Amino acid sequence: MTKFSPNTQVDFVVVGSGVSGGIMAKELTAAGFQVVILEQGDYLREKDFEYDQLKRTSHSSLLSDEANPVTFRQTDQEKATLSNGFRYGRCVGGGTVHYSGSSWRHHESDFHERSLLGPVSGTGFDDWPVTYAELEPYYTKVEWEIGYSGLGGASPFESPRSKPYPLPPMPNKSSGVLMERAAKKLGYHAVPVPVAMLSQAYRGRSACIHCGYCSGFGCKVGAKSSALVSVIPIVERSNKCELRPNSFVREISVDSAGRVTGAVYFDANRKEVFQKAKAVIVCGNGLGSPRLLLMSKSSRFPDGLANSNGVVGKYFLPGCGVSAHGMMDHELNEYKSVTTTRAIEDFYNSDPKRGYYGGGRIDARGNSTPIGFALGGMSPDTPTWGAEYKKALRNDFDRYLTMQGFLTCLPLETNNVTLDPDVKDAWGLPAIRVTYKDHPDDMKNKAFFRERALELIEAAGAVKKWADPVSEERAMGHTMGGCRMGNDPKTSVVDKFHRAHDVPNLYVVDGSSFVTSARNHPTCTISALAYRAADNIIKNAKNGSIKSPTGA
Amino acid sequence: MPKKQGASRRSFLAGSATGLSSAWLVSQWPAILAAQEHAQKVARSSKPGKLGFFSAEQAAEVESVAAQIVPTDDTPGAREAGCLYFIDSALTTFDVKKQSVYTQGLKVLQAKTAELFPSGGKFSALTPAQQIQVLKAIEKTPFFTQVRVHTITGLLANPEYGGNQGKVGWNLIGFEGKFNYAPPFGYYDGESNKLTAKRG
Repeated sequence: MTKFSPNTQVDFVVVGSGVSGGIMAKELTAAGFQVVILEQGDYLREKDFEYDQLKRTSHSSLLSDEANPVTFRQTDQEKATLSNGFRYGRCVGGGTVHYSGSSWRHHESDFHERSLLGPVSGTGFDDWPVTYAELEPYYTKVEWEIGYSGLGGASPFESPRSKPYPLPPMPNKSSGVLMERAAKKLGYHAVPVPVAMLSQAYRGRSACIHCGYCSGFGCKVGAKSSALVSVIPIVERSNKCELRPNSFVREISVDSAGRVTGAVYFDANRKEVFQKAKAVIVCGNGLGSPRLLLMSKSSRFPDGLANSNGVVGKYFLPGCGVSAHGMMDHELNEYKSVTTTRAIEDFYNSDPKRGYYGGGRIDARGNSTPIGFALGGMSPDTPTWGAEYKKALRNDFDRYLTMQGFLTCLPLETNNVTLDPDVKDAWGLPAIRVTYKDHPDDMKNKAFFRERALELIEAAGAVKKWADPVSEERAMGHTMGGCRMGNDPKTSVVDKFHRAHDVPNLYVVDGSSFVTSARNHPTCTISALAYRAADNIIKNAKNGSIKSPTGA
Repeated sequence: MPKKQGASRRSFLAGSATGLSSAWLVSQWPAILAAQEHAQKVARSSKPGKLGFFSAEQAAEVESVAAQIVPTDDTPGAREAGCLYFIDSALTTFDVKKQSVYTQGLKVLQAKTAELFPSGGKFSALTPAQQIQVLKAIEKTPFFTQVRVHTITGLLANPEYGGNQGKVGWNLIGFEGKFNYAPPFGYYDGESNKLTAKRG
């Protein structure tokens, strides 16, 4: 295994080993550069993952936990309190280790919605500095290199693609068959859900065995195409990269000229180490990346690195959701196989006729874990204990159908990631503080999709249906925005190739770059952006235009 | 149903917990790992059913409460699943800080039992109908809420944790627990496959 001394000025330090960090390291090492990856969490493998629902709920091995507190408030008038609702993937492979694997491309329109629809007053609603056409080759690269299963062209709403998916879609589940039935009745189009999951053996990895332990679990057979099993092994074989797990970066350092010199981190023994580098690439997700920049204060950047315009942390996008549920006559057994196999995109686009900005996608699913179902997932009229409760446990577990909406949320300056002034993490560093309140359009959109979801449940033939009232978001795992990309250095943190406007040898590449939320499925686009950014960084590094410190 | 529903649906989206109480969520992984190892050791030992926290007297009371939460009828309930042993093991490993909820709660249970049935003695000695009456009176207490969460979790967690013995919890709800399946997975995709096959 490759080792570098902290005093060796490596070409790149990559902070974070999730899908964007993994892709960056893979591409950079393939181009011959030396890379050190600093990952906060553990380095776990298939053998470490367990079929254990009890552990899933806390499993600090995959997710941030009490040691990495996040506080939450809705407005800056409130005092933020500790929240369990904002966690991030915290292990080698990042969030792709525990996510369900649903992984959609954005649509063409997602990148220029403001031009299409006009401004939304009081918001940071804007076009991306990247077009779908520019990103398309990288989407294809993602699907083929990471390993996706899907059916290109199945959705009449899908944007043009240059190549089909490498693998056919996953076998349809009962929830998917019911979605097809409902969509047909209502005149919608049910389409296979693309997943970063192997429907067949691919590139030396085995196919999915449909164990059902996807969302919240690490895959025991390596069929989930996480960064851990797709790009990280290539990085490890490159002999150009040292991957250091349990290495928690607390600061990116700069010289007097304002150039990044490396990263300071706590190693596994909480000893402070400074790793020298010619350039740093931050891939710490929508929570971690803005936090790290804000913690990296210097005389040159007193408000945080790359934050001369005060935009770091702002326009945070946690994504919105809504769901409706129903009970079917027969068993669905949704605890088997992947989380979801069919979705509709008929309401993807924002429609001015609806009178607000917003759109989304709805997928079909059911109960995946017995404990989650029995403690909090049953229909609202079910008794909570006793003979009738037991009867419901026995009869209902495998008969539930859920229609889950993945929806837009508008970028607002007041929704942001900041450093909590009081709460500290286990390293003594300021906790992440999330301030988030839905825009009124987001609430209207949720109400609209709640109705669509209930219609689908009814059309599927449910014997009973219900939906929670529409509520404001207070928890979310799809953290986007916070270091938004843009052409204008006054209103964005990074440029169209993810280079910080303020710092010539600093890049931020992950969900924090997102300008808008699209329809709240970020992973495929994060991955495509990473491949594209890598191409550009490699080009610049080779022609010497990444100005590193001390002329190196 | 408790108000937790909305929050749990949300966290489902977040790809984290569906519906476990937040108090439960914060348990540390190493502690849970220790509990599992402990439970596995108990399962392997020649004397299953040995208690580490409860006295025999307390155990009888807790088991009677659990048995009303998921009663035994023509199918096994919390008693047969061994939920008591799950709880006992939890309280000496990853949920040590919940011990006082039980020690205090058992006093509340005893007091309510004495109040409603002055000549009835212990909760475990009451008739099922009387037990239900007592539990309804303390339904909102932290004790009952905790026993409910522990009982249900124990019933449906992996059997190594001490509950769900013989997979009775999973059998009850129809969860096969095989961890390796092939289509058709359920009734509707099975039907759909048959139709497709017929059409050729």
